[in-house]
Amino acid sequence: MKSLLEKYAPTAENLLDILHEIQDAEPQNYLTRDALRAVAEYLHLPLSEVVSAATFYSMYSLKPRGRHIIRICESPPCQIVGAESLIDLLSTHLGIDVGQTTDDGAFTLETASCLGVCGVAPAMMVDEELYGNLTPARIVDVIEKVRRHDATG
Amino acid sequence: MRLARGHVLIGINDEALHAGARDVEAALRAALADHGLENEIDVIETGDLGVTGRGVGLSVYPDGVLYAGVTVGDVADIVVEHLLKGRPVERLRFGERSTTPTGLTKRQPRVVLENCGVIDPESLDEAIAAGAYEGIAKILGDGIAPADVVEEVKRSGLRGRGGAGFPTGLKWSFTATGDTKYIVCNADEGEPGTFKDRLILEGDPHRLVEGMMIAGYAIGASKGYVYVRGEYVLSIERMQSAIDAAREAGILGESVLGSAFAFDVEIKKGAGAYVCGEETSLIESIEGKRGFPRLKPPYPGAVGLWAKPTVVNNVETLANVPPIIVRGADWFRSLGTASSAGTKVYTILGHVEHPGLIEVEMGTPLRTIIESYGGGVRSGKRFKAALIGGAAGAFVSEDRLDVAMDFDGLQEYRAVLGSGAILVLDADTSIVDVVHGILRFFRHESCGQCAPCRAGTAALLSGYERWMRGSKRPEDLEQLLDVARTMQAASLCPLGQSVILPLETAMVSFPEEFPR
Repeated sequence: MKSLLEKYAPTAENLLDILHEIQDAEPQNYLTRDALRAVAEYLHLPLSEVVSAATFYSMYSLKPRGRHIIRICESPPCQIVGAESLIDLLSTHLGIDVGQTTDDGAFTLETASCLGVCGVAPAMMVDEELYGNLTPARIVDVIEKVRRHDATG
Repeated sequence: MRLARGHVLIGINDEALHAGARDVEAALRAALADHGLENEIDVIETGDLGVTGRGVGLSVYPDGVLYAGVTVGDVADIVVEHLLKGRPVERLRFGERSTTPTGLTKRQPRVVLENCGVIDPESLDEAIAAGAYEGIAKILGDGIAPADVVEEVKRSGLRGRGGAGFPTGLKWSFTATGDTKYIVCNADEGEPGTFKDRLILEGDPHRLVEGMMIAGYAIGASKGYVYVRGEYVLSIERMQSAIDAAREAGILGESVLGSAFAFDVEIKKGAGAYVCGEETSLIESIEGKRGFPRLKPPYPGAVGLWAKPTVVNNVETLANVPPIIVRGADWFRSLGTASSAGTKVYTILGHVEHPGLIEVEMGTPLRTIIESYGGGVRSGKRFKAALIGGAAGAFVSEDRLDVAMDFDGLQEYRAVLGSGAILVLDADTSIVDVVHGILRFFRHESCGQCAPCRAGTAALLSGYERWMRGSKRPEDLEQLLDVARTMQAASLCPLGQSVILPLETAMVSFPEEFPR
């Protein structure tokens, strides 16, 4: 944590970048209380200001999440080509609701506003990978591929 | 017979087989399937492609692009860059560039996108060969004064491509005096259905660096920030590599091109908040705070980033600046219409044959954009509506398709040109459902700072759902409009102010779905 913080000058303008990096380094993809305290101390900010920013932006989480974050787009361009039924399918396939994490800690299902790849709608992101032209079969395929990849390390 | 959008021919001969053609082919098929393109792009084995001594060769049609020396490691680039996004991978290309325009590129007077898909965005040399940094070199070399740069941009008639269409030169001229000023590039592209800025960032990042340099010089800023939304992973990478290369070459830094002008650019990564596309929220976010919009006035030109005079310009706006300096304001005015000079980049989406990105002159009729460039409504269905400008946009019905797409033409229909999103809806689409999606979007994205928007977006969604799922009472719709009008009058920023647009235009254009 210390070495990560010290890459940045201790000014408030680096807050969002620091939060991104800390969250990415945490296996459960979230910001722990201890981390938020350490950041506040390092930047000489009240803890409330750090928490205020961390709870405002949708990419940060204060709850533990899965190893992989699925963000499926529900904005109108994806909606009109069937995103809603795909969200239901993901939810059924993973056995969780939107916002929840699978029991094995592998996946968290989230919905996202426009991902900016509407040319290949419907679309989703799994971690930093984008997938477009989604169909039910393809969604299951992507999920299973990630699972297999995890299993083989 | 199933028709494919494109074909990849792989040359199979002894030489190619030794070079690993089978592995490349397997990787290609796997990568196409990974990206959902297996039914759109066919892979065909062919004989010698006429390239010998160059390993594995691929020929891509209809583009007529020939790749040589392809390895398994290159396949991902070819699939993602070329077949998914339409930009040939220049580093692998063999022989002369094909100059025959195809498909979406036909008849487009490209200004902003002239280099996208033509140059390697990771190569400073290629960007320079295509004219990058000519504008700033001309300014510094000829000793053009900052005030004259502002004047030239004013004279060009360039208006902001982010939303409201405010004249760019005028915005620059309103910057207060001060020792420290900032230029901020708004790349927080979040309007649903818009990805024009992403393609500029990914396809021609040096153009944006140069646009920021010229803007910085004009207003007297030596520091620029690009605020890119956090989901745009590749945009951030490409922009960072362009900034690094420009610094290395002495284009950015203490002494730009050896002159007394100092300028540097830094990237700030967003974290998922639509409201940060509003300029004062974006400024708050750069400062490391919640993206709450500020009260205006004072405008950022007087009190901006860290209370210093600041100009915030959209990506597409800044990308127009270098050619204005190189080719002149008169040239720019010769494109487009009297009130709206230049070109506009649009994303055509939804139920069209060819979804994608186009750049056309301002004033081009909506019908031409949808029919000639988008290929019309897909599967031969009837057109129902176009949603122009994203979630904060307006529905346009068939009888209004001949509207000229410029700032004034659209104002008549209360639509906003800025984001450039054109979502085409076919006759089978329920406008009621699309509006529902839009209201959910606003409910989610309201930042919660001001009461009219915080309470209003929630009341609109719950009221709409009550109407949609049962009541269907005309007076409920009237009440929704009343809430949206109150939000328009009382909200702090355009987020709450614009919900009325999609709601009212949907009700007015499609009375059969919203019986009143």
